Amino acid sequence: MDPEVPAVTVADLGILRAVDIDDQGRAIAKVTPTYSGCPAVLAIELAIEAALRQAGFDPVIERILAPAWTTDWITEEGREKLRAYGIAPPVAGSSSKRALFGEITVACPRCAATDTSKLSEFGSTACKAQYRCNACHEPFDYFKCI
Amino acid sequence: MPAAWVAALIGLADDHLILGHRLSEWCGHAPMLEEDLAMPNIALDLIGQARGLYTYAGDLEGAGRDEDALAFGRLERAYRNLLICELPNGDFAHTMLRQFYFASFMQLFWQETESSTDVTLEAIAAKAVKEAQYHRRHCAEWVIRLGDGTDESARRMAEAVTLLAPYTGEFFIADPEAGGAVEAGVLPDTKALQPAWQADIEQVFAAAKLVLPENVYAQKGGRSGLHTEAMGHLLAQLQFMQRSFPDMTW
Repeated sequence: MDPEVPAVTVADLGILRAVDIDDQGRAIAKVTPTYSGCPAVLAIELAIEAALRQAGFDPVIERILAPAWTTDWITEEGREKLRAYGIAPPVAGSSSKRALFGEITVACPRCAATDTSKLSEFGSTACKAQYRCNACHEPFDYFKCI
Repeated sequence: MPAAWVAALIGLADDHLILGHRLSEWCGHAPMLEEDLAMPNIALDLIGQARGLYTYAGDLEGAGRDEDALAFGRLERAYRNLLICELPNGDFAHTMLRQFYFASFMQLFWQETESSTDVTLEAIAAKAVKEAQYHRRHCAEWVIRLGDGTDESARRMAEAVTLLAPYTGEFFIADPEAGGAVEAGVLPDTKALQPAWQADIEQVFAAAKLVLPENVYAQKGGRSGLHTEAMGHLLAQLQFMQRSFPDMTW
């Protein structure tokens, strides 16, 4: 589970790219961090290591920088889990720079209304912005696209 | 990438660490809750970018210095950050204008670095460019809101323009340590970024009813380790724990 969004797994988010078993029987977990300053990276790597150890593997964590992580890697299942948790998932296919800075429609994760407004570009964690639904008046987090 | 360019990477990392530290000083003091979240969030991005650059510089150098040794273990003269990054925060207008200048510059810098011949820098740039764009947009909105706001906000923003004017020229002075790296297509030629930067600033200033001063003397020295009076005070705070308890972790 992601420590800051405990509704989705790191595989759902596309942070855990692959786990390979090498010829010495070690489990090589390939991890791509989200934001440069994401404070959860270390916690995520430790959790992956602990999970692999618990499953009886000898784990090695490998940090992969290229290609850079993008919100497009969040799986369909991950997007549904985010929505169910009350976080609007990133607008699909929107990691292109034009979409990032153009006008986007973010649907309310509670009532699905598309009449929403942005409250702040920065939210409770580096990866989220704050929105409010103009239909049900609930504030909600939006997972920013990068 | 040759180890000769390590100093250029460290200078770039220092820009981000020092400015990130400055921004973090706003935590708990911002004029509104949203900005209390925004500024430390931007600081986190900058410090994260610094970590990537320090780690890579330390690996290339091969002398066993890791990101912590580079961030906390050097004396003032060894820091190579641009002077604008270490200036005291001033008021909110001053901080936002400085951040807008820096983010606009870094957006252009990272865009060029995305086609670096060095794969690690290319990867760092691919992520950082999106973050810099996000910061630039946020700060540009504040420059416009305050510059074209009340009499007091406009006065403060105009003051910030005057105070920061001598410190923007250093963005475009070629780093003597980066010479070979620019020729090899590893790092961008910062001098070539000036027209695009100026056009970006002027476009936002037109909406903010601000004027960019011309022919201002450019303060320099950061890239050769000659800092302002503010730097020692900043480092005293930044390094205190590591100086008192070397190699501490928690």
